[in-house]
Amino acid sequence: MSEPFSEETRQRAKEIIARYPHGRERSALLPLLHLVQAEEGYVSPAGISFCAELLNLTRAQVAAVATFYTMYKRAPTGDWLISVCTNTMCGVLGGDAVYQTLQEELGVGHDETTPDGVFTLEHAECLAACDYAPVMTVNYEYFDQMRPEQAREIVAALRRGERPQPTRGARLCPLKEMSLQLAGFPDERPEALADGPPGEPSLAGVRLAAEHGIEVPGFDPATPIGRPAPTPAEPGHQAPATVSEPAADRKPAGEPPPAAGGGAEQAGTAVEKGRNEKP
Amino acid sequence: MTSPSPEVLAKLTPVLTKRWLSPDAWRLEVYERLDGYTALRKALSVHPDDLIQLVKDSGLRGRDGAGFPTGMKWGFIPQGDGKPHYLVVNADEGEPGTCKDLPLMMADPHSLIEGAIISSYAVRANRAFIYVRGEAVHAARRLRHAVAEARAAGYLGTNILGSGFDLEIVVHSGAGAYICGEETALLDSLEGYRGQPRLRPPFPATHGLYASPTVVNNVETIATVPYIVLGGAQWFRSMGTEKSPGPKIYSVSGRVNRPGQYECGLGITLRELIELAGGMQEGHELSFWTPGGSSTPMLTAEHLDTPLDFEGMMGAGTMLGTTAVQVFSNQDCPVYATYRWMEFYHHESCGKCTPCREGNYWMKQVLRRILSGKGTHEDLETLLDACDNILGRAFCALGDGATSPVTSSIKYFKQVYLDYIEGRREPWFAPSAEPELVGAYK
Repeated sequence: MSEPFSEETRQRAKEIIARYPHGRERSALLPLLHLVQAEEGYVSPAGISFCAELLNLTRAQVAAVATFYTMYKRAPTGDWLISVCTNTMCGVLGGDAVYQTLQEELGVGHDETTPDGVFTLEHAECLAACDYAPVMTVNYEYFDQMRPEQAREIVAALRRGERPQPTRGARLCPLKEMSLQLAGFPDERPEALADGPPGEPSLAGVRLAAEHGIEVPGFDPATPIGRPAPTPAEPGHQAPATVSEPAADRKPAGEPPPAAGGGAEQAGTAVEKGRNEKP
Repeated sequence: MTSPSPEVLAKLTPVLTKRWLSPDAWRLEVYERLDGYTALRKALSVHPDDLIQLVKDSGLRGRDGAGFPTGMKWGFIPQGDGKPHYLVVNADEGEPGTCKDLPLMMADPHSLIEGAIISSYAVRANRAFIYVRGEAVHAARRLRHAVAEARAAGYLGTNILGSGFDLEIVVHSGAGAYICGEETALLDSLEGYRGQPRLRPPFPATHGLYASPTVVNNVETIATVPYIVLGGAQWFRSMGTEKSPGPKIYSVSGRVNRPGQYECGLGITLRELIELAGGMQEGHELSFWTPGGSSTPMLTAEHLDTPLDFEGMMGAGTMLGTTAVQVFSNQDCPVYATYRWMEFYHHESCGKCTPCREGNYWMKQVLRRILSGKGTHEDLETLLDACDNILGRAFCALGDGATSPVTSSIKYFKQVYLDYIEGRREPWFAPSAEPELVGAYK
């Protein structure tokens, strides 16, 4: 197996693979590519080999997937990935100006990294926050209702080594740490989960309803809804959770890698056990 | 800012959004105090078939944009077939304008988990996946935590609450591809492939994830299920219209005073939504708007009183979509808006089928040429011709949806296009910077 990846990363890779049903390990490919970025900051040729070997795929099969998705970067990416939404709503409400300002401030264009390797800038398609438009994200954490001067100040703060607080979501962490979360591992910072109270636009309707005492009448949680449940022993209560057939489109599901047996003893223990215990 | 009238305020139906006002509702302990997981206990006490019937009776329709009846979808899952069943929650929110699922998962993640457990029980799935848009780490973080909390409390795992029902949920982050919101592309992506749509039939109900019976539902759809279980079908039908029942989260953005999420019964009108959102911003007059994201043909001020439900929007020549109501004013240019949307479709086209891959590539450039003051009258015909060759010929709904902004903007704002072409409007882009539109560019 290729050298660059640490023992810790290999261990995590096994945990990721164990999340998916036996024989369907290929499902782990997207999180594994995030994991590669957590160590390398982008998907390198070595990272492609790493995934291919783990999942018993060819390098071409992995590369085909890695190049399809926007979040897999093909060149070293900065500690801070700044994505400015320039889709229609954000664009007309000021996102275009924010993007223009940051291009000048950082001296780079779309999908480019500053020479010191600290910042990568990109313009993003809709970030699903139009009620907060215009938005930008730093390592995927949202900064809402951005103005060019605010965006410039966020960059300045990051240059000073500060970590500006996003409007929603957790305090910032470098892109590699964020990639680990994308691979499905919890944010280890105890305070991070509680960060990010709902913004006013999210609450606009429900606050209006609360202020005016509006509720939906007639709600009775005891409303009868059906016959009693069958007893657990009754046959047909559950479908068996085994897989044997190839996908409908005859795509290979990927052969189970030799390491899969050991991997199942990690995070997936409960899953695998629950599956096997059934009659 | 104007205050909404009592009649319009009465259209609000705070059901799914109600817990959002409690800042810690994402914690299990708070969620339980706010009646969390009572629907699960109730659901586990009834026969799964009756839950499917209940959802059929409620008339719940998918909140993903297509509006397919949810109970019917569940009913298509063959039972007793000896195969594993799967529930896949589509949390790949990305349709331009749409921003309802992320706040839901952020503020009230357990409601989605509870809905997913009930839905899995109904269709007899022992594994569920929540496919979250990659960029939405803030939502995924809360979801993963909610799954861990739910498992520790016995709401997930084996023999849930003594019912004999087992379920594991995996929260799976995508990696930035709008196409993965299309359900079969999502399934391919979840299987570790490029997210490209599959030919249907067979449908996911029989050959979905890992070629097994699979239900794919949107976040809002699944999060609605616990309320139907508690309140019953009749109560659910007390909101909305006969054919489009229930509450719906409308995402209002743009030139209004108070953009945001407004949960109302289906069938509310734009006039009422704008009133709830504090009216149009000063100096702005409604010009064009989308009822449910950029893939739904735009409408104008003449549609202020058309009901925003599945039938009403169909009647107006558009679609309800994801109820992403983007409001643009007389200060916004419909041609520029269309160009930006086409940049999006060009970027997000998966490349599988020629009409979408090539059509969007060219349309984007033709639009840019028009905005640069170098357009011709023939360009308008070219655009419509390209749309003709995409709509109904693309492999999936992404291609069809991409034609919506083009055809609808030409329908309502042909004069603006002509103004650019005939030099009455200042070009949006400097003409000198534009490459000649022949052959491949860059």
